[in-house]
Amino acid sequence: MSTPPNSPGPSARPYGRPLSPHLQIYRWPITMAASITHRATGIALAAGLVLLAWWLIAAATGPSAYSVFTTAAGNIIGEIVLFGFLWSLCYHLLNGIRHLFWDIGYGFYVPTARITAAFVFAASLLLAAGAFAVGLMVKAGLNV
Amino acid sequence: MNAPRMRTPLSKIEGLGSARAGTHHFWALRVSSVALVPLSIWFVASALAYVGAGQGPVAAYFSEPVNAVLMFLFIITCAYHTSLGLQTVIEDYFHQESVKITLLLLDRFACWIVATAAGWALIRMALAGR
Repeated sequence: MSTPPNSPGPSARPYGRPLSPHLQIYRWPITMAASITHRATGIALAAGLVLLAWWLIAAATGPSAYSVFTTAAGNIIGEIVLFGFLWSLCYHLLNGIRHLFWDIGYGFYVPTARITAAFVFAASLLLAAGAFAVGLMVKAGLNV
Repeated sequence: MNAPRMRTPLSKIEGLGSARAGTHHFWALRVSSVALVPLSIWFVASALAYVGAGQGPVAAYFSEPVNAVLMFLFIITCAYHTSLGLQTVIEDYFHQESVKITLLLLDRFACWIVATAAGWALIRMALAGR
């Protein structure tokens, strides 16, 4: 085998050597929070895709199926879920654009990355709150 | 002169190594993300306009060809991007081969089932009354 005698491999630690400190020991820099939030919102949006399919299938099926959807979406739990979906979409969209800029070579300077991370958090909350408010106004019958 | 053999016997029997598609996943994720920027904005604007509306107006909206096609693109691109993104998450956190392969299959199946179901709904609304 190719494993040298001094290397116990990734799983075995027979020598009791110290491990290097891992994620949970550090104070989170905002760039790290932005990164894990990107992944979390991505997973949330996967669940949101199921709700989106439900909405479309209900609309295609008929008024009674659609009213089941609107009743579920219209109560407080439904509104919290919809706001979470909306914020996840805003966050993943804005931070995704931040990633695309990195991909073409811009924004790697650490202070810049910190500022854009803070911007994405703030702007996604503002966008989601604004869009949710518009949705509530539309629902209340105001023309906007 | 023959090229030197760089692969070890172990790497040969494991069948791992270059699959000649190393950057495809990365690139496909980027292409779908670029497409999703305008599609997501269009989707949110469309959905907000129909909050609280009944089934009739929503179905009528998606019976318009442009709306049906844009929504179809949005759903398909979302499903593709989601299946690729969840694949990365699964590969990062699940290292036991049987569990990983099972979850990767479920990821692909689930994403395409959701996309196909939503696509069926869109076709039904697009062709209703035609």
